[in-house]
Amino acid sequence: MQDNGITPSQTVGPFFKYGLTPNGEYAWNDAFTSSTLTPDVTGDRIRVEGRVFDGDGVAVPDCMLEIWQADAQGRFADPQDKRALPNASFRGFARCGTDKDGNYAFETIKPGAVPDPDGKPQAPHILLAVFGRGMLRHLYTRIYFSDEAGNAADPVLALVPAERRATLTAMRAVGKPVYRLDLRLQGDNETVFFDV
Amino acid sequence: MTFIYPTDSNKAHPLPLSPDYKSSIKRAPNKPLIPMRHTLSELTGPVYGHETVREGDNDLTSQHSGEPLGERIIVHGHVRDEDGRGVPNSLVEIWQANSCGRYVHVRDQHPAPLDPNFTGAGRTVSDAAGYYRFVTIKPGAYPWGNHHNAWRPAHIHLSVFGHSFVTRLVTQMYFPNDPLFPFDPIFNSVPDEKARARMVSSFDLENTQPEWALCYRFDIVLRGKNATPMENT
Repeated sequence: MQDNGITPSQTVGPFFKYGLTPNGEYAWNDAFTSSTLTPDVTGDRIRVEGRVFDGDGVAVPDCMLEIWQADAQGRFADPQDKRALPNASFRGFARCGTDKDGNYAFETIKPGAVPDPDGKPQAPHILLAVFGRGMLRHLYTRIYFSDEAGNAADPVLALVPAERRATLTAMRAVGKPVYRLDLRLQGDNETVFFDV
Repeated sequence: MTFIYPTDSNKAHPLPLSPDYKSSIKRAPNKPLIPMRHTLSELTGPVYGHETVREGDNDLTSQHSGEPLGERIIVHGHVRDEDGRGVPNSLVEIWQANSCGRYVHVRDQHPAPLDPNFTGAGRTVSDAAGYYRFVTIKPGAYPWGNHHNAWRPAHIHLSVFGHSFVTRLVTQMYFPNDPLFPFDPIFNSVPDEKARARMVSSFDLENTQPEWALCYRFDIVLRGKNATPMENT
């Protein structure tokens, strides 16, 4: 009797680094790195960085983060996005582990606006999936940018209570193309996670 | 045209806070997840051809000069969605302990030997029918500090992408009839018994190779697409 229900999620555990984020520490080539950049990519190059904390405010050293995003024109490198034109080898996906102090960092480009299901523009955003020991299923969240006027009209941010929107908004550093966003898995300033 | 993935499927997943799994206590969100409609961002996902995977990456027994210790096994199956469709070109990554239950990881200090001929990582891409296959070594059980006499059932970790960012799955494949199942809070974090059973591979005598390796079948089922189409702009 075939059971077509989905396979449940399980934690990546603490020992995923050899398989998923070797980052030069192990003799196994990386399928992915923390950079989406390709030599021919167009758009504004940015760095998105921060730290991950648990409910006690303790840094989480065994997290893995994955990002997925549109290109600078708001198009996804996926044949399902029929608007996409092959303009670059940009793929829009990157993966990064946290270090012993819970730090993560991605090198990427500022994404363009992507339409919502009604065709209205969403504010530029990056999708973020958070995996880690102690997390039985990964968590979905979004990274918005502090210098985007479109945030005020974004339909997804509008679902989030105003006082929690800051947990999704990466703050632009002064004079540098660097955005900073800490993730809190639990507690008073808990990051907003979405049920998708 | 893209499709919406039903959120009902998510009921098969573990509860984020599963207090018997102690590491979940300070890492599970306290606040409810915020439901949202899928947009193009959620409905698309990274696409992989074979370019990230080298030939032989799916054979964990041939990555070093000698044969690894332990019981050689074949693990194979299909990546499918809930509607039974094979998911082609899906990157499947695996990682696991060696036959003694030891990971190649700086933080794994379990006093069991490291095997110089086994590092425990592999990857492959599912074919046009969603079929994937690995050759590896049956991992050992290992102790962990969660509770008194806590031992993980033997398992292989799998990471699979599917067609969109919302079908992303990381899971663990277990082996049939493991005596540790009733005592493992990670396995038992999945509330539904039928869903739990989907994480257990089946012994496959038909594809077991004489004088060489036992075979286990593990089909991976990702979320399926709802019938309601959504037009892209």
